[in-house]
Amino acid sequence: MAKEEILLMKGNEAIAHAAIRCGCDGYFGYPITPQSEVLETLALEKPWETTGMVVLQAESEVASINMIYGAGSAGKRAMTSSSSPGVALMQEGIAYMAGAEIPGLIVNVQRGGPGLGTIQPSQSDYFQATRGGGNGDYNVIVLAPASVQEMADFVDVAFELSFKYRNPAMILSDGIIGQMMEKVILPPFKPRRTEDEVVRECPWAATGRRKDRKPNIITSLDLDSANMERTNLHLQEKYAEIREKEVRYETVMCEDAEYLMVAFGSAARIAQKALEICRAEGIKVGLLRPITLWPFPTKQIAEMGKRVKGILSVEINAGQMIDDIRLATLGSTPVEHYGRMGGMVPSPEEIVAALKEKIINQK
Amino acid sequence: MKEEIIIAGFGGQGVLSMGKILAYAALMEGKEVSWMPSYGPEQRGGTANVTVIVSDEKISSPILSTFDTAVILNQPSLEKFESKIKPGGTLIYDGYGISNPPTRKDLNIYRIDAMDAAAELKNVKGFNMIVLGGLLKVRPLVKTENILQALRKTLPERHHNLIPMNEEALQKGMEIITKE
Repeated sequence: MAKEEILLMKGNEAIAHAAIRCGCDGYFGYPITPQSEVLETLALEKPWETTGMVVLQAESEVASINMIYGAGSAGKRAMTSSSSPGVALMQEGIAYMAGAEIPGLIVNVQRGGPGLGTIQPSQSDYFQATRGGGNGDYNVIVLAPASVQEMADFVDVAFELSFKYRNPAMILSDGIIGQMMEKVILPPFKPRRTEDEVVRECPWAATGRRKDRKPNIITSLDLDSANMERTNLHLQEKYAEIREKEVRYETVMCEDAEYLMVAFGSAARIAQKALEICRAEGIKVGLLRPITLWPFPTKQIAEMGKRVKGILSVEINAGQMIDDIRLATLGSTPVEHYGRMGGMVPSPEEIVAALKEKIINQK
Repeated sequence: MKEEIIIAGFGGQGVLSMGKILAYAALMEGKEVSWMPSYGPEQRGGTANVTVIVSDEKISSPILSTFDTAVILNQPSLEKFESKIKPGGTLIYDGYGISNPPTRKDLNIYRIDAMDAAAELKNVKGFNMIVLGGLLKVRPLVKTENILQALRKTLPERHHNLIPMNEEALQKGMEIITKE
């Protein structure tokens, strides 16, 4: 394969190819629309014959997440992917991983809910992803790709962050980005870590008994409350550091913007078209796209809130990220929401109309 | 240059693969492309559609509510998309799949009897390539040679013997498309 070859593929396929290329040791998953191409692509590519990456169709989502918990405990780069109802089933395992400080990657290609809902796209798992999702005071690092290229690029980014902070990371995508095809340049091949490298880079991992250190015990359980509080304080310090250092976002035409849209993932793509329509009409609209949903670009949005006449949160849900925008702006500017639900997707024209009705034409 | 296209018909007609080959050929010509399918419980006989955008510039929304060009292969799709074509846009329909022809006066409407031509060529699966030939005749978005190159890239090698049949189908489509 030529270097830097431009390919045409689905977001789900890009995730699978990127996993093989970024030294992933194992994928454990269970099929569900609209993300089944991840497992299908891995099965077609047979990475166990090339890089030695394990690919396993587990018996359930609960099994998948616990396989990642196990593999991550041994310092392995392990991942799973699913869609909304499947990710709901994984929350217990994710909380255990956060408590035990085990890295791992969870990909959620969202569909409409609640419950089994629909198989069409949605962004209604924002709260679940950014508020922890399981029990206890914890956070998952959440990246929201808005293109097939970012689906490919964020696999390695997520693994790196996950291991750097010993914390589960999530790619929060949806049926649009998962199913659409776009140009993509796959990341360069990075070999899987050797056993020695794992021992060196993950001194906390369960890599076998050694005479030169005490056994590494992986658990989220501590019945001594004083110890458990210390663990929690340590986690909170870690989360504060992540909030400080790892915020990622993109701005489009914000310099002269009188009005701001905030949107992530596929909604940001549709909102950008709405921005183009507004700009053609002479309306000065900007777009801020959070790339990390947790940590959230709170400071940047607070800053913008002081400069603009109003903010529209464009989400394919009933209004979830809007809470974080309101917490960031603290009433400095009106903040409204526009979105669709149940697998319906807003059109660019609908967003323009909502922006005019809810923000621009308000006194 | 930017063209926003909807291709819609029955599942099994090759709607999605036709869009993919078009997108791939455009990609090889250095264009920006997006291919957004309807997905889900689609099956042979159900409806299927795909939005293909070909552009010189980066594409914002892959989701559209209006289109420059519509390729319509069955009646339910005509009913769904006829009103969503921009004034002055292009509508191509298959005569066999449509019982009530389009009524709008502000479009460039073309008819292509691709189903009949596929039967005549004894190449029923070439239906979508006949339609694609017709589309490229009236909207020359990519070079024919790049469509063939895209086929070579996307088809598994064991099917490369079918490429001449596809080329014949493309040519046929270019010949038989007629303006209403």
